Amino acid sequence: MGKPHVVIIGGGATGAALAHDLTLRGVRVTVVERGEVTSGTTGRHHGLLHSGARYAVKDQESAKECIQENMILRKIAPDTFELNNGLFVAITEEDMAYHSAFIDGLETCGIPYKEITPKEALQREPNLNPAVKAVVEVPDGTMDAMRLPLRFFATAQSNGAIIKTYTEAMELLMSGKTITGVRVRDHVTEKDYDIGADIVINASGAWSDKIAAMAGVHVPLQPSPGVLVAVYGRWNNMVLNRMHRSGDGDIILPQRTLSVIGTSSWVVKDPDQLEMKKEHIQLMYKMGSVLVPGVKHAKMRAAWAAARPLIGSEGEASTGRELSRTFKCFDHADHGGVEGFVTIAGGKATTARGMAEVTTDIVMKKLRMNVPCRTRDVVLLPHTAYYRRRM
Amino acid sequence: MAEITFKIFRYKPGVIDSPRYDTFKVDVEDYMTVLDVLEKLRLDDPTLTYRHSCHHGSCGTCGMLVNGKEVLACVTNVMELGTPVVTVEPLKNAPLISDLVVDMVPFFEKYGPVEMPLIRESEYLPEGKPSEEVGTYTRLESCLECGLCLSACPMVATDPDYMGPAALAAAARVVQEPRGQDAPAILKMVDNEQGCWRCHSAMECSEVCPNDVDPGGMIMYLRQKLISRKLKGHY
Repeated sequence: MGKPHVVIIGGGATGAALAHDLTLRGVRVTVVERGEVTSGTTGRHHGLLHSGARYAVKDQESAKECIQENMILRKIAPDTFELNNGLFVAITEEDMAYHSAFIDGLETCGIPYKEITPKEALQREPNLNPAVKAVVEVPDGTMDAMRLPLRFFATAQSNGAIIKTYTEAMELLMSGKTITGVRVRDHVTEKDYDIGADIVINASGAWSDKIAAMAGVHVPLQPSPGVLVAVYGRWNNMVLNRMHRSGDGDIILPQRTLSVIGTSSWVVKDPDQLEMKKEHIQLMYKMGSVLVPGVKHAKMRAAWAAARPLIGSEGEASTGRELSRTFKCFDHADHGGVEGFVTIAGGKATTARGMAEVTTDIVMKKLRMNVPCRTRDVVLLPHTAYYRRRM
Repeated sequence: MAEITFKIFRYKPGVIDSPRYDTFKVDVEDYMTVLDVLEKLRLDDPTLTYRHSCHHGSCGTCGMLVNGKEVLACVTNVMELGTPVVTVEPLKNAPLISDLVVDMVPFFEKYGPVEMPLIRESEYLPEGKPSEEVGTYTRLESCLECGLCLSACPMVATDPDYMGPAALAAAARVVQEPRGQDAPAILKMVDNEQGCWRCHSAMECSEVCPNDVDPGGMIMYLRQKLISRKLKGHY
């Protein structure tokens, strides 16, 4: 008997981690992505390896997922991260009021931390706002948003996964209430063709509900864009975060010779209609300069928007800040009565491996296979291996 | 806002075999980049293919020719180009796949055994004192592997076996800071006509590099290193 075949729709961080996990567990994998890999939301994230501290007060489930995955990724993807740690800094009295809840949250979520003096923080990060009142160091890191998923893809590919870029899912093939494959359009040859599958996984992030609709089912997904601004100059070596509840422009990440200020948040219906909010560029400069006054006049390299794939029903969120960053796997046999179809939605680039593990566990059960997950230990190939000539 | 005409190179094997230019008129706002325009056009024409990922000049995927010059589309502001017609074409010296998409596999093959470590010591804020736990502040190497330098290099066009500026710049980084790599072996590898001696110092590579890697300068560094070793009589 041949290996079962799973088709993954979506070539972002989630699709990459899924392709890796499934191939390791003996499944034949095809990934279809309508553009270049990581061209949707994944490539555009700010490049943070989350410690979970950002979510330690309001969103502890996500915070715990982040710290766990953070520690695993350090092991399986060496040389991908700038491991300079991060600081949460209180600058205003209002920030100080958040301090004790923040420390409690770090304790509850098991996030290692160290309180340091403002003087020490300024010695480490001389461009930090000198008005800083309290500082907590956490194991944040930074990364190149594309290279980590490329490592998952490269490893999956070397284990036999087929990654089809410029290949858009047009239709889900069904026999009664069972999904049997995907009709795709190849945007290079402009031809449509069918790919048969034992199971189809919808890993299309902010586009999840659009893909689910092809099977007549629904996923509670709220695409929630944010604006990010990259400025010239590496203003800090550590990740700098405002110590308060998630808000606009509360983080500055170093990335190579640049700094990235993030982010704002609103909700949209259609993730393809990502209208840039120009006024948010100024907002990023304004809020960013509270953390690091020098960025106020830094030359802009780029401003862009990316749609977070948050789980929530329509009307539940006005800005997206209300929604958890955790993830959820929907087996549509139980959610909509369609067999052979699974959606993995929500989550973060940092937690993609964990999302893939949970989803693959469900897929294994559906395939009546019993192979344990190995992605916590298998060290990934370098990102450049993705570009090795395919034999 | 201004109306700008975009002439975009189109090619799809078996569909558009003789490349052509499609013309689009686009209302461009002052903040928009060439990549923003492509994203807007693709909503109406999903067959338009191009590479992109980070949208801020960090991943190096959206290299293309804009008005004949190698750039990253995501950091190329349309209004600042100052031309009423903007021509967009794929990079040169790389196999064409579709429209603006080129095959990056040969680019990565040129590195051969040069495995540049990707994390280096951060030279920024040298007065900053990292915690004991961190030890030394680090940062990612500057090269984005975008391929602009190979497209711009006049010598790469004449000799497909020439290593080219990106791989030679990576070799030079290994020689500068081996971090566990075999620097003398790398130096020996580039000491030939397909290596650092092929360059004719046109310096187009350094001109187009979006991240100041200065591949031309790095090739000159390799030559100096080799000459001084030969003069000293060892190597």
